[in-house]
Amino acid sequence: MNAADFELLSDLLRKKSGLMVTPDKAYYLESRLTPIAKQWNFNDITAMVLKLRGMADSKLIDDIVDAMTTNETSFFRDRQAFEQFETTILPHVLNKRGAKKLRIWCVAASTGQEPYSVAMFLNEQGLYDKGWNIEIVGTDINQSVLEHAREGLYTQFEVQRGVPIQYLMKYFTQKNDKWQVNDDLRSKVQFQKLNLLNPLNALGQFDVIFCGNVLVYLDRHIKADLLDRMGKQIANDGFLLLGKDETIDDVTQSFKDLSQDRGLYALTHRVHLSK
Amino acid sequence: MSKTCLIVDDSHVVRKIARKIIEDFGFECIDVEDGQVAMDECTKAMPDVVILDWNMPVMSGMEFLKNIRAMVGGDAPKIVFCTIENDIDHITHAMEAGANEYIMKPFSAEIIESKFRYIGLMN
Repeated sequence: MNAADFELLSDLLRKKSGLMVTPDKAYYLESRLTPIAKQWNFNDITAMVLKLRGMADSKLIDDIVDAMTTNETSFFRDRQAFEQFETTILPHVLNKRGAKKLRIWCVAASTGQEPYSVAMFLNEQGLYDKGWNIEIVGTDINQSVLEHAREGLYTQFEVQRGVPIQYLMKYFTQKNDKWQVNDDLRSKVQFQKLNLLNPLNALGQFDVIFCGNVLVYLDRHIKADLLDRMGKQIANDGFLLLGKDETIDDVTQSFKDLSQDRGLYALTHRVHLSK
Repeated sequence: MSKTCLIVDDSHVVRKIARKIIEDFGFECIDVEDGQVAMDECTKAMPDVVILDWNMPVMSGMEFLKNIRAMVGGDAPKIVFCTIENDIDHITHAMEAGANEYIMKPFSAEIIESKFRYIGLMN
């Protein structure tokens, strides 16, 4: 791919979705976008870029963004996050909350494995039985993964990556060669399309935000701005969960890591108060 | 001392693949071709975990499971079915008979690892 085409595409991705593509990942851009160019009947990426320089169809831009999003996920993927949920977050929530209300946001929910894992986890912890009013919201920029998520239909390979057999028997129903999340569990999770560059206000306030393996794909300035805006969508005593190797200490002032718990963050002013 | 794994499958290829994966996890492995030979091995020494095929000549996985669970000390090994049988009836039957986990073939290293973690064999 020539430098000018690369520049236009990486600029477009950053502006439309916040995704960051560095020049060393040009091959990646090429391998993912060549099929899109073919689908839209362009001879090659250069021809597609020429179109993008003029009046581009917004559907084409959506397709390009969708092709570049990483949808890799699995059930209970981030074990550390669920351990922290159990050992740090839940005891806090159970002690401090008079109203039995809990709102959870899975940022970049992809095909839904994470929000469904959260629902299974909370059910196993007995929160639904104890009458808690729980909302789990999964968002993603990619419409097609959200449709997959809502359907809750997974291959044998996908369910075996992380679902213990007892949970498979309890929460899934076999549909031919696939497994579908039971209606009861599906009703516990809502999915909606969301571009993280757009305002987040309409989402309301959350007690827990799962944001593992998301920020790593974003441009640094966008990451900082997003974290500041997330800070406004989180309850005063809420928690932000990142992937186990992720840190945001050098990116934002809004959140501070809770000592000894890597990947677990809370609002900065609150961490200071409690110390 | 490393944990021990007994791999029971009538397919030489499956045994070889499973063995490679599980040895990479740091387990000491023995592999055998049917439930009867597996019983003989368990009489000598109980493994920490058994990877168990269902359909095998001489003694099936289900017969082996029932036999070993009836043996003195036979409740100790973790038993993980690993079979082409992938319907809910087989799974339920296996779990009720005392299996600890269940893998539907084909498997991958990632799947075995996640199952081993859930039954406390790996951190």
